[in-house]
Amino acid sequence: MDKAHQSRFFAALRRVIPSRLILVAEHERAVYECDGLAVYRQPPLAVVLPETVAQVQDVVRLARDYEMPVVPRGAGTGLSGGALPCAEGILLVLAKLNRVLGVDPINRTATVEPGVRNLQVSEAAAPYGLFYAPDPSSQIACTIGGNIAENAGGVHCLKYGLTVHNVQSLVWINADGERLCSGGSGLDGPGLDIASLLIGSEGLLGVVVEATVRLLPRPAETAVILAGFAELAPAAEAVAAIIATGVIPAGLEMMDNLAIRAAEDYCAPGYPVDAAAILLIELDGDAGEIEAQTECVARVLRRLDVTTFVVARDEARRRCLWAGRKAAFAAVGRLAPDYYCMDGTIPRARLAYVLAEIQNLSRHYRLPVANVFHAGDGNLHPLILFDGNQPDELRRALDFGGRILELCVAVGGSITGEHGVGVEKLDQMCTQFAPKVLTQFHGIKAAFDPGRMLNPGKAVPSLARCAEFGMMHVHSGQLPFPDIERF
Amino acid sequence: MPDHDLSEALRLRVAEAAATETALRIVGSGSKQFYGNHCAGEPLAMHAHAGIVDYEPGELVITARSGTKVLDIEKQLAAHRQMLAWDPPRFGPQATIGGAIATGLSGPRRAYTGAARDYVLGVTVVTGRGEIQAFGGRVIKNVAGFDVSRLMTGALGTLGVILDVSLKVLPLPECEMTLVFPCDVSTAIGQMNQLARHPGLSGTSHYDGQMYIRFSGSTHSVQAASAAAGGVVVSDADVPWERLREQTHPFFADDGRVLWRLSLAPATPPLPLPGDWLIEWGGAQRWLKSNTEATAVRAAAERHGGHATAFRYQPDAVGAFHPLSPPAARLHRRLKECFDPVAILNRGRLYAL
Repeated sequence: MDKAHQSRFFAALRRVIPSRLILVAEHERAVYECDGLAVYRQPPLAVVLPETVAQVQDVVRLARDYEMPVVPRGAGTGLSGGALPCAEGILLVLAKLNRVLGVDPINRTATVEPGVRNLQVSEAAAPYGLFYAPDPSSQIACTIGGNIAENAGGVHCLKYGLTVHNVQSLVWINADGERLCSGGSGLDGPGLDIASLLIGSEGLLGVVVEATVRLLPRPAETAVILAGFAELAPAAEAVAAIIATGVIPAGLEMMDNLAIRAAEDYCAPGYPVDAAAILLIELDGDAGEIEAQTECVARVLRRLDVTTFVVARDEARRRCLWAGRKAAFAAVGRLAPDYYCMDGTIPRARLAYVLAEIQNLSRHYRLPVANVFHAGDGNLHPLILFDGNQPDELRRALDFGGRILELCVAVGGSITGEHGVGVEKLDQMCTQFAPKVLTQFHGIKAAFDPGRMLNPGKAVPSLARCAEFGMMHVHSGQLPFPDIERF
Repeated sequence: MPDHDLSEALRLRVAEAAATETALRIVGSGSKQFYGNHCAGEPLAMHAHAGIVDYEPGELVITARSGTKVLDIEKQLAAHRQMLAWDPPRFGPQATIGGAIATGLSGPRRAYTGAARDYVLGVTVVTGRGEIQAFGGRVIKNVAGFDVSRLMTGALGTLGVILDVSLKVLPLPECEMTLVFPCDVSTAIGQMNQLARHPGLSGTSHYDGQMYIRFSGSTHSVQAASAAAGGVVVSDADVPWERLREQTHPFFADDGRVLWRLSLAPATPPLPLPGDWLIEWGGAQRWLKSNTEATAVRAAAERHGGHATAFRYQPDAVGAFHPLSPPAARLHRRLKECFDPVAILNRGRLYAL
């Protein structure tokens, strides 16, 4: 893009938005060069921080007229490079649109701007005995706008759903700068379910400027069960077995031995350090319900030779048990100079098989791996440990990660459960989807954004990229899992 | 049950229709043909494409061909004490799961456990180009690619012919109890929304001075919630939920008036429109039998941020669905073009674009 065109764009931009909201200095742009996936870095041409919806509309309209790429960003806590800037485009930071517009305790909704932090919503709802269910681990910092872009999950998805299940309506700006409302004040809107399509679309289809989210009644009581196992397989089996009994835990998490020991060293939550795996099972409801569910879970666990069984009912003890899980990433982070966090999902019944295969891959790539994950959702988070300063280790970690994702697809799962594709998993999209489906995705993108200006190059790979990736894989040996049909 | 996979034959049929620009009208059992705008075209029969492809109770997921009867699926699930939690209305014993997803309608549980679209994990469709495409999958968390499965839910077959669908299922509640209270509509709306601030509510309705509420959950919690709520316990034979879901309740009978469905914020006060009202979903779904002007009904819904559907018995001149804003209409048209470029699938059933 030529300099004259750029300066015409900036002159026009300064007419619609005050200069103090436009960052062009190198040191200011550098702050925004990456999101939570810091291995990809790229400063944008400029950072724009609108304070009003009208400014968002003006910026998008100008960007369309000047064919300037726009990358929307919330708090930048995303883990797949979805908010990685474009060198020749602007980064549209929505963090200043950060007002809770209202909490409606009778209709059980909260209306918020996109820059409101996830935890703020539950805090605003708490006086009414209500809460906002999606709780990604970054909830203290991540924004609702970003949660919507990624369809964020968290620990309580199994029972309470993902972002898509908890958003009632969206006000959003399309690629022409027009304001649309999808959904309604009731439980549905007229016509196609555009809001569902926008949720998880990683900023490719529009810019959300207001969300009305659903609030749920807080359960009366909560209990957490810690279950330890001498082997991995029965722990994995317990996950599907508990759910098959009819109990839907509010949370069902698993940690393997490496993660258990790291957490115990870090904050001493009282985990059994000799266990091959632990499960943390959160149950909620009224006292009688919790008692019945605890008994039901205990029966399953005993049948599977549980070696540690602790029930925490009081808040201090529950917090302590969760503390180890919540600190697990940080704790594992102390074991090696770098780690690479993956995010695949699989059917729960394949957990034992996939965990064993990950161990085999760990030996093959000569890199240790710790597993800390949302077992109830079948959502794996293998943490690959490596040292980026050692020659070849970053490449091996990336290859190892790629193989784990392909394994997830091979057993009927997905390459991403909650972190999104971003720039990170573009190649694996070629494994999960046939070219004709990718073409359909590009068609959807064009229906929303004919100029392909919103977050270009993310989430959906070009067919050329897939062809190249496929060739690379065939060249480097056999296609992985050749016996499995791909679609 | 045996699995009859007619995917390829159906694909060929659509591909031929696309080549000759022949409009197709997708038909499951025909139980919901009344719903939406009139659409012409050669019938594309789906009922023989039937069978449960995969069901693992421990996964809470079932995959079925679109022609499979909802009843057959529910029977299979009930054998494992599970259910379709959005309570799909059948409107006939032969109703298919494809029709349930294409219409996206939900029953009495919806306000408390979620809608059809909340339980759709993946779909396989034939697009208007005659291509088979699979979206989503069989896992409950999946953010790879655009969420086309949910877009297809409620699209009335205008974007693709649903071949297979994967659904999240839930355990059947251990215990349920229905209570009835005599009260006027304003009191009922207030009560229902007050009760919804505690977990366990699973059904609410008000008609003709009677409010019904249902609690679901463990025996212990249902008994506790029912005792706290008061009211008179309703015997199983008199529980209204199935009659409401299937619209066999006398309120829904054809009496020459249009049956409107208004979708509103639940606590919206009663609207000053003439006619008879039946309220569900804590007030979020309101049925109105009335011959009032369509524009007046729609304006009233819009004033409260909602929308109004002419659900049954409307004259052809009244569009079934609430008009869209110009940018939303343009987006609908472009999405239609990208899935069905020559517009052969259920043309006009959702909107005349």
